[in-house]
Amino acid sequence: MAKKSKSVLVVGAGIAGIQASLDLAEMGLDVHLVEESPTIGGRMPQLDKTFPTNDCSMCILSPKMSECARHPGITLHTLSSVTSITGDPGNLKCRVLKRAKYVDPVKCVACGLCEEKCPVKVDDAFDMALRKRKAISRYFLQSIPAEYTIDKEHCLYLTKGVCKLCEKTCPAGAIKFDDKDQEVELKVGAVIMATGIDAFNPIGFGHFGYHLYKNVVTSLEFERMLSASGPFGGHVVKASDQKEPKKLAFIQCVGSRDESINKNYCSSACCMFAIKQSIIAKEHIKALEPTVFYMDIRAFGKDFDKYYDKAQNQYGVKFIRSKISEIREKEDGTLKLKYSLENGEIRYEQFDMVVLSIGLEPRKNLEALAGQLDINLNEFGFCRSEAFKPVQTSRPGIYVCGGMNGPKDIPESVVAASGAVAGTLKSLKIERQALAASDGESGEINVIGERPRIGTFVCHCGINIAGVVDVKKVAAEAGELPNVEHAENVMYACSSDCLETIKQRIEEHHLNRIVVAACTPRTHEPLFRETIKEAGLNPYLFEMANIRDQCSWAHMDEPELATSKAGDLVKMAVAKARNLSPLERLPIGINPKALVIGGGLAGMIAALSIAEAGHEVVLVEKDKELGGHVRKLYYHLSGKDPQALLSETIQKVKKHKAIELLVNHEIQQINGYVGNFTTTIHSPKTDKETTVEHGAVIVATGAKEHRPSEYGYGQSTRIVTQTEFEKMIHDQSFPKGRLRNVVMIQCVGSREPDKMVCSRVCCSDAMKNGLELKKVNPRADIFVCYRDIRTYGFKEKYYTELRDKGAMFLRFEPDGKPKVEVQTIDDPNSKLTVTAFDPIMEKEVVIAADLVVLSAGIDALEENSTLAKMLKVPLNADGMFLEAHVKLRPVDFATDGIFVCGLAHGPKDMDETMAQAQAAASRALSFLTKESILAEGTIAEINADLCSGCGYCEEVCAYTAIEVNPETQVAEVNDALCKGCGTCVASCRCGALDLRGFSNKQLFSVFNELELIKED
Amino acid sequence: MQEKDKKDWQPKILAILCNWCSYAGADLAGVSRIQYPPNIRVLRVPCSGRVDPMFIMKSLQNGFDGVLVSGCHPGDCHYLSGNYNARRKFAVLKPLLEYIGIETERVQFSWVSAGEGERFAEVVTKVTNDIRKVGPAKRLVKGVVSW
Repeated sequence: MAKKSKSVLVVGAGIAGIQASLDLAEMGLDVHLVEESPTIGGRMPQLDKTFPTNDCSMCILSPKMSECARHPGITLHTLSSVTSITGDPGNLKCRVLKRAKYVDPVKCVACGLCEEKCPVKVDDAFDMALRKRKAISRYFLQSIPAEYTIDKEHCLYLTKGVCKLCEKTCPAGAIKFDDKDQEVELKVGAVIMATGIDAFNPIGFGHFGYHLYKNVVTSLEFERMLSASGPFGGHVVKASDQKEPKKLAFIQCVGSRDESINKNYCSSACCMFAIKQSIIAKEHIKALEPTVFYMDIRAFGKDFDKYYDKAQNQYGVKFIRSKISEIREKEDGTLKLKYSLENGEIRYEQFDMVVLSIGLEPRKNLEALAGQLDINLNEFGFCRSEAFKPVQTSRPGIYVCGGMNGPKDIPESVVAASGAVAGTLKSLKIERQALAASDGESGEINVIGERPRIGTFVCHCGINIAGVVDVKKVAAEAGELPNVEHAENVMYACSSDCLETIKQRIEEHHLNRIVVAACTPRTHEPLFRETIKEAGLNPYLFEMANIRDQCSWAHMDEPELATSKAGDLVKMAVAKARNLSPLERLPIGINPKALVIGGGLAGMIAALSIAEAGHEVVLVEKDKELGGHVRKLYYHLSGKDPQALLSETIQKVKKHKAIELLVNHEIQQINGYVGNFTTTIHSPKTDKETTVEHGAVIVATGAKEHRPSEYGYGQSTRIVTQTEFEKMIHDQSFPKGRLRNVVMIQCVGSREPDKMVCSRVCCSDAMKNGLELKKVNPRADIFVCYRDIRTYGFKEKYYTELRDKGAMFLRFEPDGKPKVEVQTIDDPNSKLTVTAFDPIMEKEVVIAADLVVLSAGIDALEENSTLAKMLKVPLNADGMFLEAHVKLRPVDFATDGIFVCGLAHGPKDMDETMAQAQAAASRALSFLTKESILAEGTIAEINADLCSGCGYCEEVCAYTAIEVNPETQVAEVNDALCKGCGTCVASCRCGALDLRGFSNKQLFSVFNELELIKED
Repeated sequence: MQEKDKKDWQPKILAILCNWCSYAGADLAGVSRIQYPPNIRVLRVPCSGRVDPMFIMKSLQNGFDGVLVSGCHPGDCHYLSGNYNARRKFAVLKPLLEYIGIETERVQFSWVSAGEGERFAEVVTKVTNDIRKVGPAKRLVKGVVSW
């Protein structure tokens, strides 16, 4: 057996590299995270907001960055790069070049004095050169690690031997001019590459005048303009006159979908990026008139079409399908756009500002790196991953995720990262981990009996809070409250420097309770609790006031009332904090076994990934056969055979000793919680029940093809769905012998007012089946009636190929759908006509069709709701399972220990399904590899003296966590089973029960705190 | 109260929200920048089942003009059945409030899920408007005799 190691190398610390590192470290592995720039974070910190929820990018990323920096299993190597990898999987030797920082990271306190004194100004790459920074600088305000580095290309001393001002200024003596590059060798079992993407540089491209005209900017520059922490503080102004623009144009596909520059691929994210920017810009400038010039709007992700609709109908963003031929700058800086519409009509329009939606491309240095590491690139210069191997490079033992092997948005990168982790596990040594010693409560400052000394921190969140709420006033008022020893304002409470500040203040002022007024405790409470724990306080001596999500963002036009509300929310939090007491967390044992529900491709891959990591899996499938939807697929765009993959996967599943396969079985009941689930599985055939105990659940129940009720489906055997057509091509049996005219109609059952969902795969399926048909019948004429062609990523080239092979594409609007007429219903030889409007010719086209193929979308299964209720997890409005966070937790549910993958989560292709299945497996393994985790401290407790033994608590408890002891006639709480809902507490007739963390005293104090003066 | 005062009067309403559904729904309303009146003061509880009817009485006594309690939709409770228990309690509380002369508009219950930001804003808007119509609550406030 090959040698296995406990160490892994992750190259690139963007969101993909961070996620991969965290997953690996949670499994007890040692991670070396190598990053070329001086900070982790990658592209996300540059983004202002993320689509389609408009979440603040930095807000959601910050906790992950901090966690990554704090995790004892992760070693960061910033300003470093990998130079060579030798050896075999399980036993790889990696040489890492650690470049000189010229600042001692241990001594540097990131005070910034050096930057003030440094005389050399250089373009700030983080802010897209929209402002200058110094030759000694911190990459950005919340960069991690929080340290300054010297840019040796520009430093006066390092280039010319003069200056040394920083050395003279630095109070910590951290400047180290004699710092040298070092090379280290790391021995690891596997490598995950996540070096990310670059953005297309439009200098000299087209006739757009980028860098010639002042008011033409790229989408990344515009993003920095929109950002509250950006060079303009979030105020969008034109470079020509520093005034707000009124008319704003977005030009799509700049450096994408362009064969002339070898970019015959779609960058996948730019359409949504432009929609987001138009919405956010419109929020900044109410009178703004944004227009998006595009070829196809590719809003193909989960809930993306709803966002597109919102931009059009709620924000009044104009979308014009067109080609831009040129931009001319007028004397006053306004820009005259010349564009042609679909029908060839030429138009001119003036704009104040133009944003070029620049495409994504491989990193500049990828070619050289690939050469050094001996990994293959694809025709466009991205890292090559074969079909059905979405997270593998060409070299065994080296995996890939994020944008490095193709354009991806944030959740796709996160999924690929967790997926790549599952790939590496074969060559890594995973051991069950016992609780770390640091998880205990030893060494905590004893606060019992001490008077509360509360520290209050009021966050600006850039302008997210401070733009509406008078945060200074809120902090000042908080400082006057009883027991508040310290109150201050902070720019970003969650940034690592502020977390350090909180720790310092705890020490300086002997604080024993902390209140942070910022965003929502649902995302940030764990981070702050962890921080005060590091300062020696029990993590439960913490309270949050939600003055962003539930205040500044919800009352943007009423700053005074929002400020008064924020003040009250802080008062309430302080009141609760005053009455907080330290709580203990009990360990919960974790059963190492997993349950996977659904035996399609997703379920099988997830089960195999877990089994290969050495854990037992029970795989339940309700059908008599494994395979799910892939059973109906015969072709893949790559030319590979889905059926071969399927039978190979089924064989592996059946052979694997760790997988217990239960086909023809249904889930009847699921009880328990993370680490301790008990599931009853029923076989309708034998009417037998099986009970399984397991630690995690993966939902991979799939979805189904929409059954059309439109376009005459069912009236003729010559009107079929795309999957039925695929089978016809495969079986070479068409309802009409010689096919001449084949008409495909897209978006059947998708993108409708009652189901505003793009099914993502249908456009590519149309290309695939069209090309397959052309192979067997080159004379067939294919007509594709479509709304937008959404062949995202590398699928674009198949769209080009089908067009080159002569297929006709006819676009239609939702109110001008093609009409299908069957002359004689149920007669297979009947005349079949499709009438469509051709917007290019501006004429109606009547096609005598031999076959009409409906690209029916993907519908959620009705039975999802039953399973969702059993698991207590949510569904979205379209009946698909709703993940914990659409950007950063794409396969998790809010409830620990339950994960989702495949079509059950939303429409996706086979590669995406496989990556997501592997991701769900990794996420489950991050729990399953632990012997135990710590339970929450918020559980019920009983005052035995007050209990009358009435047993009402026993009746209302859904978890059988409380029982009246028949001997003592007093109720007893089972700490491990109690979930802390507090229903028993509110039901107790004697007031004998209370809930730790939400006690009567704490809650009553909250509404007692506000002095509400009544006037007559 | 004068007509003018009525217009300027800002009722204070206690909103007791369960952590898993309604509190998350309120967050979503904010993330989606859906605007609603700034009159609620939010108290986060793990589950609507945690809400003791005394919380409602006590907050009215302390001068809140109204109380909104919001939990998970029936069947969605993160704790299986806490919201049903809450519902039973409120079914008993409602007639009591009516009996002691508290306008029904003042104390309201709703179900808002984590995915319903828009609905959360609608509920808050409705409750605020309802309470605006009935004016400041004085019935239970200590030291104020209004009859």
